[in-house]
Amino acid sequence: MTLMQKFLGASAVLALSAGAAAAEPALIFDLGGKFDKSFNEAAFNGAQRWAEETGGTFREIELTSEAQREQALRRFAESGANPVITTGFAFATPIEAVAPDYPDTKFVNIDGFIADIPANVRMISFSEHEGSYLVGMLAAEASESGTLGFIGGMDIPLIRHFACGYAQGAKAVNPDVQVIANFTGTTPAAWNDPVKGSELTKAQISQGADVVYAAAGGTGVGVLQTAADEGIYSVGVDSNQNHLHPGSVLTSMLKRVDVAVYDSMMAGADIETGVAVVLGLAEDGVGYAVDENNESLLSEDMIASVEDAKSKIISGELEVASYYATDSCPALDF
Amino acid sequence: MDLVTLLQILDSSVRLATPLLFACLAGLFSERAGIFDIGLEGKMLAAAFFSAAVAALTANVWIGALAGIGASLVLSAIHGLASITFRGNQLISGVAINFLAAGLTVLIAQDWFSQGGRTPSLSEFGPNARFTEITLPFADAARDSGPVGLIYSELISGHSILVYVGLLTVPLTWFILFRTRFGLRLRAVGENPAAVDTAGVSVVGLRYAAVAICGILCGLAGAYLATGLQAGFVKDMSSGRGYIALAALIFAKWRPWYALYACLLFGFLQALSLRQDAVERLTQIDVPGQLLDALPYILTVVILAGFVGKAIPPRAGGEPYVKER
Repeated sequence: MTLMQKFLGASAVLALSAGAAAAEPALIFDLGGKFDKSFNEAAFNGAQRWAEETGGTFREIELTSEAQREQALRRFAESGANPVITTGFAFATPIEAVAPDYPDTKFVNIDGFIADIPANVRMISFSEHEGSYLVGMLAAEASESGTLGFIGGMDIPLIRHFACGYAQGAKAVNPDVQVIANFTGTTPAAWNDPVKGSELTKAQISQGADVVYAAAGGTGVGVLQTAADEGIYSVGVDSNQNHLHPGSVLTSMLKRVDVAVYDSMMAGADIETGVAVVLGLAEDGVGYAVDENNESLLSEDMIASVEDAKSKIISGELEVASYYATDSCPALDF
Repeated sequence: MDLVTLLQILDSSVRLATPLLFACLAGLFSERAGIFDIGLEGKMLAAAFFSAAVAALTANVWIGALAGIGASLVLSAIHGLASITFRGNQLISGVAINFLAAGLTVLIAQDWFSQGGRTPSLSEFGPNARFTEITLPFADAARDSGPVGLIYSELISGHSILVYVGLLTVPLTWFILFRTRFGLRLRAVGENPAAVDTAGVSVVGLRYAAVAICGILCGLAGAYLATGLQAGFVKDMSSGRGYIALAALIFAKWRPWYALYACLLFGFLQALSLRQDAVERLTQIDVPGQLLDALPYILTVVILAGFVGKAIPPRAGGEPYVKER
């Protein structure tokens, strides 16, 4: 080996290690798209906040088809991005397949579930049932008819998890409350069918519902619109949707995806992996939204009772049953 | 099931059937002239976006509806150009239009409104920015005067004007196709274009006319979705209704009145799947909503398999007309 070759080799190693030190985080948005006013946009906002505060840059890609999931993961991993953050439950399986091939890259997934988490993967989920419990309490207190509606998007366990927490919260306030739960469909098209969302809302109104909680992506736009047109209350989801129809949107169940993304990017390549993290009320991972658009709808008594329940849930005094634990819900039949 | 619940379901059926009806009649004109159109979905989607976007920009829903029809006509022209003038494969052209519409609408929406590929809610732009429900004369007074009055006020009254336009389009389509010279030629061009050509009538002209009518009707379907049923556009909001309309067209054996019945039936099945509580009370068994959702497709397959009469498409459908080889 000549001196020249040694020199070249050393500089290559230096360049590689320098590249690893300055690895950029990467963010992969799910099919809903970066600006979905909800889940993915929250992730983007978190990344944006990180970039502004640290002056760092991050890479991103918006998926346009199912087939791109694995491809996008491999591309970012091979280009040295670290950590690679993904949003959406559908990433769990591709990550499980890809992660062992790139042991030096850390992968983060929000919302997914893997039984045996690989050593370089961090799974983040939210206690949606706790947040839904709180908005369920508010809904039951605001309802005059004693009938509440729930409209889910695609019929998957995650959405039933939302419905289950909501029903428990409602029944905690008023044991006689009736909760009608409907799902828009069983295919991904169910996330983007506001027309069906509207018809479901009308159907629930004719069954007596006067507060409707939509956990349905783009379909929820139709639900909130119809609720506003028909003069009943609605509850938004994921992001703060109170501003969409001030006076009609009672509150929104917040899921702080932005906080999860921000924290992951802050931790950078040193992020703890091989674990599943659950962000609940205690970590401010979920909550309910109060702002100038809905403060006139929520009385002080309502806020006080919800805050009381919140502190009880955090202290462990009150436990909200999870749909995942038993694949069934104590407060609601599907 | 009591009368009120039944009327609510029928009311919902009419609303859900109207976009199907417009799209189905659109396909009827096109396919009767020998141009298969799998792009109904895309045209509806484009029309939904442009009607909502322009209604938001001008605060006038009628200008919005015209813009929607215009957008649908542009896509129709592309389909016509590809499949009539350049004699391309009609199915491929239709699929391309569906892709184009799905991507283009979200892209333009993001550029114009920056709201994640949707338009702002039209309720922010005043009462004229969307089609409101029309209360027919005496509807409120008739509500309490027995079942007939209830049917009048609940079911017949209280829809957007496009619903009534859609229902009137059925006899109009029947009249045009079966009682006018233009209709006779249009049907002939789908069965035997060579004969029409021999008679000295332009095959290309007739087919373009049919495709243009198809564009207008798809435009109305999209405008009804975004500005009648909804107050704004959401990405992919047509959710496969263009394909269900195609199924309805086969179910109706390419005939206008049957198209109305097929669309009402499909709308009824969709409405029923939203009211599982009523179905359960009536039948005492737990009927899965998925089954009701799938029924339109199952029925179409049954029809296609030849169990309930035969569905014979126009003979020259799908084939570009070549005058001389």
